[in-house]
Amino acid sequence: MILNYSQPLEVTNLTSWLDSTLRGSLSEFWVLLIEFVIVGALLLAAYAVIALILIYAERKITAFFQARFGPNRVGKWGLLQSVADMIKILLKEIVKINRSDRFLFFAAPFFMIVASMLTFGAIPFGKALHAIDFNIGVLYVTAVSSLGIIGVLLAGWSSNNKYSMIGAMRSGAQFVSYELSAGFALMTIVVLAGTMQFSTMIEGQRYCWNIFNGHISSMIAFVIYLISGHAETNRGPFDLPEAESELTAGYHTEYSGLQFGFYYLAEYLNMFIIASIATTVFLGGYLPIQVKGWVDFNGIMDYIPSYVWFFGKTAVLIFLSLWVRWSFPRLRIDQLLNLEWKYLLPINLVNIVLMVILVLTGLTLTDLLPGIF
Amino acid sequence: MRIDQRNKKTFDIYNIMENIKKLILNTVPTAVIEEKQKLTVTVTFDKLHLLAKTLKENAALPFDFLVKLIGVDRGEELGVNYLLCSSTDLSKELVLKTGTTDRENPLLYSITDLFETAQYNEREVFALLGIRFINNPDMRKFFLNADWVGYPLRKDYDANPELNPLSLESVDMIDIAPRITENEKGELVEDTVNIFGEDDYIINIGPQHPSTHGVMHFRTALDGEIVKKIDVHSGYIHRGIEKLSESLTYPQILHFTDRLDYLSANINRHGLCMAVEKAAEIEVPERAQYIRTIMDELNRIDSHLLAWACQTNDLGATTAFIYGMREREIILDIFEKTCGGRLIINQNVVGGVMFDIYNEFQKDVKSFIIYMRDKLKEYDRFFSHNVIALGRMVTIGVLSKEDAINYAVTGPAGRGSGWSCDIRKHIPYALYDKVDFKEIIRTEGDSYARYLNRLDEIEESLHIIEQLIDNVPEGDICAKVKPIIRLPEGEYYSRVEACRGEFGVFIESRGDKFPYRLKFRSPSMALVSAMPLICQNEKVSDFIGIGGSMDYVIPDIDR
Repeated sequence: MILNYSQPLEVTNLTSWLDSTLRGSLSEFWVLLIEFVIVGALLLAAYAVIALILIYAERKITAFFQARFGPNRVGKWGLLQSVADMIKILLKEIVKINRSDRFLFFAAPFFMIVASMLTFGAIPFGKALHAIDFNIGVLYVTAVSSLGIIGVLLAGWSSNNKYSMIGAMRSGAQFVSYELSAGFALMTIVVLAGTMQFSTMIEGQRYCWNIFNGHISSMIAFVIYLISGHAETNRGPFDLPEAESELTAGYHTEYSGLQFGFYYLAEYLNMFIIASIATTVFLGGYLPIQVKGWVDFNGIMDYIPSYVWFFGKTAVLIFLSLWVRWSFPRLRIDQLLNLEWKYLLPINLVNIVLMVILVLTGLTLTDLLPGIF
Repeated sequence: MRIDQRNKKTFDIYNIMENIKKLILNTVPTAVIEEKQKLTVTVTFDKLHLLAKTLKENAALPFDFLVKLIGVDRGEELGVNYLLCSSTDLSKELVLKTGTTDRENPLLYSITDLFETAQYNEREVFALLGIRFINNPDMRKFFLNADWVGYPLRKDYDANPELNPLSLESVDMIDIAPRITENEKGELVEDTVNIFGEDDYIINIGPQHPSTHGVMHFRTALDGEIVKKIDVHSGYIHRGIEKLSESLTYPQILHFTDRLDYLSANINRHGLCMAVEKAAEIEVPERAQYIRTIMDELNRIDSHLLAWACQTNDLGATTAFIYGMREREIILDIFEKTCGGRLIINQNVVGGVMFDIYNEFQKDVKSFIIYMRDKLKEYDRFFSHNVIALGRMVTIGVLSKEDAINYAVTGPAGRGSGWSCDIRKHIPYALYDKVDFKEIIRTEGDSYARYLNRLDEIEESLHIIEQLIDNVPEGDICAKVKPIIRLPEGEYYSRVEACRGEFGVFIESRGDKFPYRLKFRSPSMALVSAMPLICQNEKVSDFIGIGGSMDYVIPDIDR
């Protein structure tokens, strides 16, 4: 009762009201069908809208780093720039490439966008804003997000372009390598949390986020996850598959119009997905900052809706990623693989063992200081 | 005391050159030695290789730096002038001349085995004058297509467009090079060589590519990510400036120099003005010299900033690129206020400069110096010690000092290889003998040395400007020059330090108002000629990074 009163902006009420209204007049099958369609449509819409917002935000933030203005012509402060770009990209001709593998060429962008869409669907955006809550959520996300690489490899192979081919090969090597690190970093936290389900994992972080709970080990896992997640999105110092100054545009050189748009959207969304998984796993997801015993403080924090917390934390991580991207020069392929196989992976393996020891010997913060955390 | 020293120095030079003359006559007794603007030695074509070799291997003063290789249609014969100088002292110069009277099938001996830089220059001479060089391993035409009819720089060239119609057909690249070699029996053998192997994976980097800094075409054989071999194709924007110049007066030609290396436009123009002034014996007013020197150094900072920016961009750091552009903008504004132009500023004219500095010039430049020093520190913090940047530059693309001399790589790149090759120090012109500045030399020879050299040279340029800016004397900005300048008959050379290395001008005049032959030495061509050497066995990403560190400008190569 108190919770309902203190959180008027949560969507829990809305969803339960919708569910009960539908159930009042329809059979179980139709209720589920309608709800699935609504959820699907909302996710698709959110996907596009978040991408547009991210593109705008990145351009503005980059401009700020680079002593420029960024988009400022279309709409107030250039707010409509992304929309205008999207309309342009929809209207653009889809160029057909001679002597390319037509079927694979057209199929490739779908792999990319479907993979990132599948991952996107499993993210808990807030209370009652969680489409699928698997009991193996972490595993599912890791598995599905790595499908995207098929799209990249196919694009490189089918384009009949040597630049695309080199880009795709680089991307393959990079993705396989860094997926390992990202996976292990998440597994470290799974050891700590004792669950793979996102909702349980979030609830477990009410008073102590995982990043603090496992102190040393969690911190290492967090840093590794950020690095490898960043590498998986093909951005920043790890943008070798595109490597604009070397390979013109890498694997998507030959794509135009909407197909290019798919890659473009997927790139931005992957950045968001990586940040949101990091938020969920390490930073307490959509939960507000809560301190044991501070009832008033907790109440005030709780007043801020959960999705605001989620997007706020994610935005901080995205900003970090942009900051890195626009500060560093690009790595070379051998340096990139060295970093992964000679440094990150061994550290990661040791780190998992360390985490197991921490959990078994009761050295996590919740075990050490149960009164505070 | 000073006079004594100067006399001693003059006497030493005299002595050294006397020794060289003796050496030449000992090697080739038939050589004709003339004292012109430079010591000129004419030999028959079969003796040239021997003489060049002897001069190169002369221990006391090795003439191991081939500055210019100039093909000339002398009318009765087709000839080549070689401007040699010593890598230890660039002011010791010597011109070798040779030629052949056979206009149907002109053949000369190549000196590619002695000076690698001769390779592309000989190919250029073949394309433009039709002289083939025996023992040059690759006698394809440089700049022009293999099927081009006629040799443009010959005086009897037929420029009728019907002979060379504009073709819109796609033409395959042919990687087979003809060559002509002399075997042990002294017979000439003509055959062909394949540039690439049968199974090479060849990728075209250029002519349209974001990191070739212009329309440059590198045919690159890759083994995975590793560069096996590079074949340079040039000439996509060849405009025939040297040919055009032969029918224009000297003040008209000035405008072409800005369009060679557009980033050191003012310095190039300075070079040509100097050549004409020297030949016509025009005295440049003191004030003009000050303005020229200051503008040259501003131009150098401008160019080095762009080079820095582009190099960081080639390495994938877009933000650094924008920072370089931001600082450069201020210099461009100063240029614009002075003479209306930003990139191509049309400032130098024969006899002085066209526009006087504006009232606030000193104030603007001085505030820029303070600002720029601050920004140099920022560059240092932001990029120079970044661990990824270091990994992409240190020990990458190493060019040894011997190779730098052999390929005639001058400028920041040559000095990054430990070669003291700054014309401003060796053969001071304008006011460079009156100002105090350091020649930045690093011995590592890698991309990072070239990178740091540029940043340090910006600081030195600021220092030079600082010494001059408050002392600009009053007076004329331009000497009185006739609208049509006739140069007395002769051959005139001038050499200046452009932003990418030594820029040189050669004018052969026959007393007319037009030059008989005009040749520009392009520093970028030497830089590009070294690319296949230093990029071999590097990764393809590093090939781009090395290209950025060499900082060549394409219109300068193509001319």
